[in-house]
Amino acid sequence: MAKLIISPSPHVHSGDSISNKMIGVFIALIPAYAVGLYFFGLGALIISITAMLSCVAFEYLIQKFLLKGSLTIFDGSALLTGLLLAMNLPTNIPVWMVVAGSLVAIGIAKMPFGGVGNNPFNPALVGRVFMLISFPAAMTTWPVPVPLNMHYLDAVTAATPLAILKGQFSNIPDIWNLFIGHKGGSMGEVSVLALLIGMVYMLIRKIISWHIPVSIIVTVFVFTAILHWANPNAFIATPLFHLLTGGLMLGAVFMATDYVTSPMNPRGMLIYGVGIGIITVVIRVFGSYPEGISFAILILNGVTPLINKFVKPKRFGEVKK
Amino acid sequence: MKRFKMGGVHPKENKLSAHRQIQEARLPKQAVIPLGQSLGAPGQLVVAIGDKLKVGQLIAKAGGFVSANIHSPVSGTVSQLGTTVDASGYSVPAVYIDVEGDEWIETIDRTNEIKRECNLSPEEIIKTITEAGIVGMGGATFPTHVKLSPPPGKKAEVLIINAVECEPYLTCDHQLMLEKPEEILVGVTILMKAARVTKAYIGIENNKKDAIELMKQAAKSFNGIEIVPLRVQYPQGGEKQLIDAVIGRQIPSGALPVEVGAIVQNVATTFAVYEAVQKHKPLIDRIVTVTGKSVKSHGNYLVRLGTPMSAVVEQAGGVPEDTGKIVAGGPMMGKALKTLEIPVVKGTAGILFIPTFEAARKNMNNCIRCAKCVVDCPMGLEPFLLMSQSERSMWTEMENDKVMDCIECGICSYTCPSNRPLLDYIRLGKTTVGKIIRNKQAKK
Repeated sequence: MAKLIISPSPHVHSGDSISNKMIGVFIALIPAYAVGLYFFGLGALIISITAMLSCVAFEYLIQKFLLKGSLTIFDGSALLTGLLLAMNLPTNIPVWMVVAGSLVAIGIAKMPFGGVGNNPFNPALVGRVFMLISFPAAMTTWPVPVPLNMHYLDAVTAATPLAILKGQFSNIPDIWNLFIGHKGGSMGEVSVLALLIGMVYMLIRKIISWHIPVSIIVTVFVFTAILHWANPNAFIATPLFHLLTGGLMLGAVFMATDYVTSPMNPRGMLIYGVGIGIITVVIRVFGSYPEGISFAILILNGVTPLINKFVKPKRFGEVKK
Repeated sequence: MKRFKMGGVHPKENKLSAHRQIQEARLPKQAVIPLGQSLGAPGQLVVAIGDKLKVGQLIAKAGGFVSANIHSPVSGTVSQLGTTVDASGYSVPAVYIDVEGDEWIETIDRTNEIKRECNLSPEEIIKTITEAGIVGMGGATFPTHVKLSPPPGKKAEVLIINAVECEPYLTCDHQLMLEKPEEILVGVTILMKAARVTKAYIGIENNKKDAIELMKQAAKSFNGIEIVPLRVQYPQGGEKQLIDAVIGRQIPSGALPVEVGAIVQNVATTFAVYEAVQKHKPLIDRIVTVTGKSVKSHGNYLVRLGTPMSAVVEQAGGVPEDTGKIVAGGPMMGKALKTLEIPVVKGTAGILFIPTFEAARKNMNNCIRCAKCVVDCPMGLEPFLLMSQSERSMWTEMENDKVMDCIECGICSYTCPSNRPLLDYIRLGKTTVGKIIRNKQAKK
C-alpha cells in the first residue's frame, strides 16, 4: 500500500474543471457559429479562426516570454475569447484588424490583470470596442447574408436593421428572418433562434443561470415597450423588433454572462441585467450609435465589484427586518 | 417531495454496502476506550488498573453537564491507563482493557423481545439517557440529555429523527432501519415523551425506498409519528437543512434548533435510547459501515466501542492494495486517518477506503468567479470571498460575512471547478474568529 494521503475534508471532488465549463460554452455556441458560417461563408471562417488562433498565441507568448509563468492556454478561456470576439465582428473585416483586436483583448484586458479570473472587463468586448473606436468604418460596414458566401473582403454590404432604424425605416427583414438570422449583422448576433438554443443548453447544463439573460431581455422589452406605447411616432420600433435585432441576444446570452465580469449572486445578477438593459436602450434610442449593448455590458462590468460588495446572497435563516 | 431549498449538490451515492446484513464484529483482544467520546468535557475515570470489568460497567463519569458517561464495552481486566490517538490525530486519555470472555452486568436485558411500553416520566427518561452515556451518533456526538433539556423559556414543538444518511457510501442507518424498525419507533415515542412533544417526523432520503416503506408500515401502530421521504441531495442530513425541509423553518444565525421548535436526533441515537430505556443497556456498541470500491467484504458491522479499527477492517477483508486515503466517516465530512490503530468510538459511522487515483487533490487554479460555491452553499455564504479574506487575515470582515454560519459540509471545495481548497481557508477563519469571539466574551 502506498503512503496514505492526509488532507482535510471533503475527500471527493465533483470532477468539474474550468475546461469543462469552457467546453460547455463552446457547444452552446455551435448553433450560432454554424448560422454565422452559413450566412457569411468564407469571411466568417477566416475571422473566427484568426481570432481564436491570435488569442491563444498572444496568451502563450505573454505567459512564456513576458510573465515567464505557467501556461494556462489549455484551459480554453483564450480560445473562447477568440471565438466570442469573432462573433461580435462583421465578417468582411481584414485579418490584421482581427489580430489587433485579439492583442487588445488578451494583452490589455486580460493578462495584465492576472489572467483568467482577474480581469474586470469582458476581454472580447474590450477588443471589440477597441476595434470599433479605432476602425469605425470597417467596423460599421456589414455584409449582407448570402448562404455560403465565398466573398470575404469584397462581400456585398448593407445597413443592419438597427442601422436602418437609425437612418430611415425601410427594407427591414420580416420577423421570421430576423429570428432565424437572415439579416445583416456581426457573425454571431444574427440568429436569435440559434442563440436561444445555446442559452437553453447552458441552462440545462447549469453553466449559466437564467437571471442575467432574462433580466436583460425583460428590461429591454419593458423599456422599449413603454417608449413605443408612449410615442409610437418618435419610437417606431416595437419591443419585439428590439429583441430580435442587433447584438442584444448575443450580448445577453454569451457576453454578459461571462463569469469573471458579472456579479456572483442572483440578486446582484438581476440588478446587473436591468442596468445593462436600460443603458442598451438609452444608447439605441437616444444615442448616436445604432447598437449599445457592448458599451452597456462594459459599463456594468465596471459596476460589478460594487454590486458584489453591497448585494449579498440570501443567507440561510435570514430574518426579514 | 420535500427538500431544503438553498444550495446543495448530488454526489455519486456509492452505497456499496447497502442491504448488507448487520454482522457482529469479532471482539478485539484489547479494547482501547477514550474517556472523551462526545462534545464537551471528557469523562472522569472511576476505575483503576487491575479492576475486573463486565460489559456495561461504568468506567468514567461525565465531566460536567455537557459531557457523557463512558461504559465498558467488553469484559476483562483494566491493563493500562494511558493515551491513544483519535481520528483527528490528537493524543487523548484512554483506558486499555484486556478482553476476557463476554460477561455482561446482570441489569442489562439481552433478549431480542421488543418492549413497547414505557411508563417513565420525562425526567426519568432523561436521567436514564444521561446515565447510559448516549450522545449523537450521526457523528457530532452532542450529549443527548443536553439536547433534551432546552434552555429555560424554550420549548420544543416537534421531534425530528434524522434518518437521512446523505453522505455517500454510508449505510449503517439504512440497515438499522431495515432490521430494527419497531425498536426505532419505540425509541421515537420515548424521545417524544422526554421532549414533551406529541408529533415526530422521521426524515428519510428517497434512495432508501424500502426503509421508507417498512418504517411507514411500522409507524401505523404508533401515535404521532410521520415518515417524511426527502429528495436525495447533500446535505439533506444537516440539522438545519433537515428542519427546513421537514417543517419549513430556517434556524436564524447562531440559534439552536429549539428556537424554531424542533429537536433533532439521529436514528441510531434513537435506537440507542430504546436500548438504554427499555433494555437498560448503556451505549457500548454501534453499527459501522466499512466500505470502499476496493474493499473485499464491505458491510455494516456491529462493533463494540473501543475495538481498534484495524480489527474491524481485517474482518472486512483487510486494507485494499490501492488505498490512497482512509476516512473515518463519509467522504464529504469525514476525517482522513494516518493509521487504523485507533479505536471505534461513539461517533464512528464508517470507515471508508478511497483509491489513490480518486484521493489525490488536483492543483488549484485562479478563481474564475463562476459562483458555483455561492449557488451550492446550503447556508447562503460566499466561500470564494471567505477564502480570499482568510488568505489576507481579514477576520472582522469574515465575521461580518457570516463565516461562523458555515456547517463545514464541504460542498464549496467539492464543486469548485478551479479545485480551490475553499473549506480549508474557511475553517482557518472559523477557528480564528471563534477564538476572537470567545476572548471578547471572556473580557465582558
